[in-house]
Amino acid sequence: METMTEILKSLDWSPLWISLKTGVVATILSFFLGLFAARRVVKASPGKKAVMDGILTLPMVLPPTVAGFFLLLLFSRRRPLGIFLYETFDLKVVQSWLGCVIAATVIAFPLMYRNARAAFEQIDVNLVYAGRTLGMSEIEIFWRVVVPSARPGIASGTILTFARALGEYGATSMLAGNIPGRTGTISQKIAMVIQDGDYLTAGIWVAVVIVIALVILILMNLISGKRMKTVKRW
Amino acid sequence: MPGKEGDFGKTFLGASKKRKGYAMNLSVNIKKRFPGFRLDVRFESNASRIGILGASGCGKSVTLKSIAGIETPEEGWIVINGKTMYHSARKICVKPQKRSIGYLFQSYALFPTMTVAENIAAGLRGPRQENRERVQEMLRAFQLEGMEERLPGELSGGQQQRVALARIMAYEPEVILLDEPFSALDQFLKDRLQQELQEMLKSYRGTVVLVSHDRDEIYRFTEELLIMDQGRAVAFGKTKEIFADPGKKEAARLTGCKNISRIHRKDAHRMDAFDWGIEIQCRREIPEGAAYVGFRAHELIPVWGERKENCIPVRLAGSADLPFEKNFYILPESGQGGENLCWFVQKEKWGLLNEKGMPDYLQFPEEHLLFLR
Repeated sequence: METMTEILKSLDWSPLWISLKTGVVATILSFFLGLFAARRVVKASPGKKAVMDGILTLPMVLPPTVAGFFLLLLFSRRRPLGIFLYETFDLKVVQSWLGCVIAATVIAFPLMYRNARAAFEQIDVNLVYAGRTLGMSEIEIFWRVVVPSARPGIASGTILTFARALGEYGATSMLAGNIPGRTGTISQKIAMVIQDGDYLTAGIWVAVVIVIALVILILMNLISGKRMKTVKRW
Repeated sequence: MPGKEGDFGKTFLGASKKRKGYAMNLSVNIKKRFPGFRLDVRFESNASRIGILGASGCGKSVTLKSIAGIETPEEGWIVINGKTMYHSARKICVKPQKRSIGYLFQSYALFPTMTVAENIAAGLRGPRQENRERVQEMLRAFQLEGMEERLPGELSGGQQQRVALARIMAYEPEVILLDEPFSALDQFLKDRLQQELQEMLKSYRGTVVLVSHDRDEIYRFTEELLIMDQGRAVAFGKTKEIFADPGKKEAARLTGCKNISRIHRKDAHRMDAFDWGIEIQCRREIPEGAAYVGFRAHELIPVWGERKENCIPVRLAGSADLPFEKNFYILPESGQGGENLCWFVQKEKWGLLNEKGMPDYLQFPEEHLLFLR
């Protein structure tokens, strides 16, 4: 027990903060990008829809390392976009926290997009038509009618996106690397300490991840449960 | 056939000819292809209450949605009160937002996350204070006071309809489109809401277009009527006149004519109604183009004893007892493949049947014969 408290005291908590920060920012980015993408896809013609959906869902079905490969190709400072970002905005993506955010966003985004799209497709299309005949602009219809009506689906999409972003490993390790204190997320920390055979530290981080995930899930269930009182128990 | 089409075109535009020189309230000529079906409909009207009657899938809803701008036709034009809303050749397609149209959806399409007051304010574009006053006015006019903070899900069907209509009336559109507003309701509620809607629309001076597959609803609400079948207009004119003389077989069916037989015109005053297996004679002239004869199930006259002119012997195929009506189904006199004849007897006439038993013959009084194409 002595050693346990000592270990907890001397533990570097930076992976927790890096993961949480990454998760929150990636979720916010995915939220807006996902809603926007879902809206575009729902409005597209069937043929276009199939192609767009395929591309947007790809990061979810591919191994994260494949996404990491493409991200590296794109943002490397030897490539046009990487050079442009570095020279114009002084932004470094590879081996930086920004890389963590981008990797997590790309991997988690399809969850937001797919949930939002499913939620949009379920709402009565007459609501949109009604908004139009009432003279509401398309943007107004989207934010005042569609999004509020799709709230439960969007909420669950957001939770899943956050959970996925929080735990991202493959693409992150390739793009952002594992720099302690800067890009070292919890998942990377666990992988690293296990390689060193330090199962105790790994176990502590595993426990932390499980607690975070469980707390979020239960909280969100409670929130959405209040709103869905009308849903019958089986 | 081309001759017939030409004749039809004349009657088709007849209803609007009287007021030539005025801009039409509504002028629609649209075409659109769908898988397995082509919409090709044309009508012009100056009436302020217009009905579109047709079976489900006949294109009436698409027509209404095209007027509202929710759906876009491929060809043609739509002009409302002299303003061109859509014109394919001139590449005009006004957005639904700018058409000044109120659309009452069957499900009402109230915004579920907005309160009653927010819903009613949804179509208002003016300054905030003015909108608030307008909403209050609407709440009073539609007897919704005290409900402004409720969500649509907490309202009864009748209240929802009032909110939906208040939301439309609040911004005073030039045209109100009613898309089968009652077809999902049970009989009791339907009658009450129809009555209510009729009351509420009384003060409205714009044009109302009602789409329905319910002939009673159409008859009750409209002055002029368009009947549609498989994407085409089969009749257009004054509602009462069309019910009295539908002109076409499809129109007769949709106005509720149960008995229709193919005919063979022997001369100007005699014809064989061969689905019923009888010969019919009449003093009035049988039009040359007539291919069918129609007869409403309530108008048959029971005959006891001797066979008279234009009679069919009663051989019962079946019957049904309804609360206020008895339905009898009579076999055709001869020939195969014909349809059974329907004879509906209302409650107040049952006494005669009970007294004298089933009649020996049913007579087709000449004045009720409908000659159809």
